[in-house]
Amino acid sequence: MKALVFEHNLARFAASRLASAVAGSGHGVGIGPLELLEIDPPELPGQGWVRLEPRLAGICGSDLATLDGRSSRYFEHLVSFPFIPGHEIVADATGGRFDGARVVVEPVLGCEARGIVPPCNACAGGHKGSCDRIAFGELAPGLQTGYCSDTGGGWSAGLVAHESQLWEVPAGLADEEAVMVEPTACAVHAACSIGSSSSVVVLGAGTLGLCTIAALRAFSLPGRLLAIAKHPQQRRLAAELGADEVAAPDEVTRAARRITGTFGLGHVEGRIERLAGGVDVVLDCVGSAQSIEESLAIVRPGGEIVLVGMPGSVRVDLAPLWQREVCLRGAYAYGSERRPEGTRPTFELAFELVEAARLGRLVSASYPLERYEEAIGHAAAAGHRGAVKIVFDLRRQSRLPRMTSPKEAE
Amino acid sequence: MSPRPGFVLEVDRSTPSTLFWHGEGYRLEKLPIGSRVIYAPEPFHALRDPDAAVRQALDHPLGDSQPLRSLLRPGMRLTIAFDDVSLPLPPMRSPDVRQRVIEAVLEVAAAAGVDDVVLIAALALHRRMTDDELRHALGSRVFDAFAPNGLLWQHDAEDPSNLLHLGQTEEGEDVEINKRAAESDLLVYVNINLVAMDGGHKSVATGLASYKSLRHHHNVRTMRASKSFMDRHHSQLHTSNWRMGRLIAAAGVKVFQIETTLNTDTFPAEFRFLQRREWEWSLRDRAGFLATSKALERTPAEIARRLFHSIKSPHDLTSVQAGEVEAVHDRTLQMVHAQQLVPVEGQTDVLTMGLPYICPYNVNSIMNPILVACLGLGYFFNLYRNKPLVREGGVLILSHPTPWAFNPVHHPSYIDFFEQVLAETTDLVEIESKYEHAFATDPWYRHLYRTSYAYHGVHPFYMWYWCAHALEHLGRVVVVGGDRAAVRRLGFFPASTLADALEIASDVVGRDPSITHLHAPPLLIADVS
Repeated sequence: MKALVFEHNLARFAASRLASAVAGSGHGVGIGPLELLEIDPPELPGQGWVRLEPRLAGICGSDLATLDGRSSRYFEHLVSFPFIPGHEIVADATGGRFDGARVVVEPVLGCEARGIVPPCNACAGGHKGSCDRIAFGELAPGLQTGYCSDTGGGWSAGLVAHESQLWEVPAGLADEEAVMVEPTACAVHAACSIGSSSSVVVLGAGTLGLCTIAALRAFSLPGRLLAIAKHPQQRRLAAELGADEVAAPDEVTRAARRITGTFGLGHVEGRIERLAGGVDVVLDCVGSAQSIEESLAIVRPGGEIVLVGMPGSVRVDLAPLWQREVCLRGAYAYGSERRPEGTRPTFELAFELVEAARLGRLVSASYPLERYEEAIGHAAAAGHRGAVKIVFDLRRQSRLPRMTSPKEAE
Repeated sequence: MSPRPGFVLEVDRSTPSTLFWHGEGYRLEKLPIGSRVIYAPEPFHALRDPDAAVRQALDHPLGDSQPLRSLLRPGMRLTIAFDDVSLPLPPMRSPDVRQRVIEAVLEVAAAAGVDDVVLIAALALHRRMTDDELRHALGSRVFDAFAPNGLLWQHDAEDPSNLLHLGQTEEGEDVEINKRAAESDLLVYVNINLVAMDGGHKSVATGLASYKSLRHHHNVRTMRASKSFMDRHHSQLHTSNWRMGRLIAAAGVKVFQIETTLNTDTFPAEFRFLQRREWEWSLRDRAGFLATSKALERTPAEIARRLFHSIKSPHDLTSVQAGEVEAVHDRTLQMVHAQQLVPVEGQTDVLTMGLPYICPYNVNSIMNPILVACLGLGYFFNLYRNKPLVREGGVLILSHPTPWAFNPVHHPSYIDFFEQVLAETTDLVEIESKYEHAFATDPWYRHLYRTSYAYHGVHPFYMWYWCAHALEHLGRVVVVGGDRAAVRRLGFFPASTLADALEIASDVVGRDPSITHLHAPPLLIADVS
């Protein structure tokens, strides 16, 4: 079967890192560790595992960081090589209780998938994202499907998944909607982790940022929601999905000041360097040094910054974090969320949100695996090119790429 | 020789190119044959002895007022309020007319033994004046006598401890003004009536008012019903101010109004070509035009801005009258009209105008896009009496670089208004209902207005409302040579050249429109029949 395989090749890794640093994200793919190969399908690791044939598989920001050589060395012990990327997956299942069903994969490889009995406290509590055994058990290390050498990943014609990872897709949900469930679940988890706040800023309006806006509107009821979006298409979608105000990146401090009515500091050349007070919560869906600095500049004393986008190694002045007693924390993956009606799996909430907010419209273009360099280039420049989510379409491999404009997707 | 009246030229083959102001520069444009160009009357002669004229006015007041000296007595509280940095334009060379008048008032007060005197700059919601600006307006003698002793104030429309609510008019308008002024035994107001809009009851009722009071007439409904601001009998803005002024008087505030008029001698000798009719340019005028044009081509915008803002106008005093507000203002308007009215026959399909580098709200500052709109649609469009110069549904063509640039100290809320509000809508009513309150009550804007040199948070809204009548009246607004993104943000059409602008206008007014150019400044009022 065909698969995009990511090898542990330091020379290629360095070349990719250099190319993407010089020419921009996505430009190192041709010379990097990712190759389209003909390989054998992965073995079923044990009982409860089934085979999947992906229909659509998304390209995520964390995938791009990996391909660009920008991902943190922190993950070195949490992945196993070679791996097949792709964790945003809608697929056809063969075998087990999902035989013949269309499924979405919940990619975290927690204790149950790893055959670890008894499960760790986090898994036992339904918080798979916080599993502390992701490098142990019957599988090679890998925090998720798409980073584990034993399971394969979505960027291929076939992979294996544990039944505990699968969610059957309702008949009325299109593949383009189903492939959005996983990134939406990340956003739902982040949104559900903050209490009711009078002012919330979402930094970044790529897939994760837009899903976070929708999730905040659905599950967290912020008093005033400001979205920071760079490109016109992102700005339009951010407003449609529930942002009260949308501002450009160079307006972030001024816009945050407006919604809070606080005072500005360092008011030079029309720019406000930072705020005296600030917003209650910043959800940083970018994860760069700049976005963290910006978050620190606009969050109020005692406020909270939630890193939703995957950060890497960054250099940030933490003096404001200390002086203002700001809480900086992450929001990773999913598990279960406390809702007024009781505790519910994040994926269940994500399915509901994808349908209610019509998040399938965020899928802008699809490519066959053979055109992976173009696909990744498109994903890396998605905002600039008026796109949001780029996916691999594995339903008819020989077909030319089917481009779906956001308008058509609506 | 008497100054010549205003003039309406019909462009023919022999007509030289017409000078259009273009921010910190100007353009020569060839107007189509048959176009009209309206020129201001020549400047009236200056009063021979302005100081004597001031003394005469104080001693022989108009209306039912007694002479100033009769109103003064030892132990009384005297407050002298004066127009702020927004007048005159450009700032006039020393001595400023406010200095002349205030020195004369203080002499009379000193002779009467009055020693409780406070000067107040009537800012309304404008930015505070700098010490240099105050010193220039008042002269060093007055400034040094009052400022170091804390007796030179700047009206603070956000200081609840120094505002006094005097009541409501019969229309339910709150009248709240500066407490010191309201509680003084006598309030002397020293005005400069550069245009017909200034003065009268507007001096105290606006200049010394709070936001709570100003919002009753600085709103979309009132601005739309002010046709025009230069014609107080057809201006709801003035009608509202007159109601308030009468309430102020009825509440016992004794106002002694001193109004002054200036001639239209606007630019110093080296820029004299700017106020001459092009076919009458002398060799010196042509040389001046060429020299400054060439120099400006090579001058960075910031330096050009500083250069122009350093211009001090040779404006001369043409009249001064004092006493009861309405009687004084009637005489003032006669003088303003005599100097500025130009009879114009009929309206036009397309009105063109070149906008200069300065308006009342960017003295020593940047003419940001909102101020460009306000100057063009709020001020120059309203330089008419009877009917607008341009017909309903016609096109206004402005020439101005319209930079996407703001002075962050003077205009902080303008930046947000432009980035947030105009990005969403240019609709006046929606803007007023959805955004005004938040900007007007924003504590940071309030802080900057009170302690720095910022216009009040609500001020950009007022500038936009100022365009209300024009926006309702016009079919299209085109800006020549402006920053295209900024022009579009205003809801206007950008054009590279006048020819392009006329092409854009043709969608609205057809291929053979009548065209009229308002050749100002110097300022004029078109009396359209």
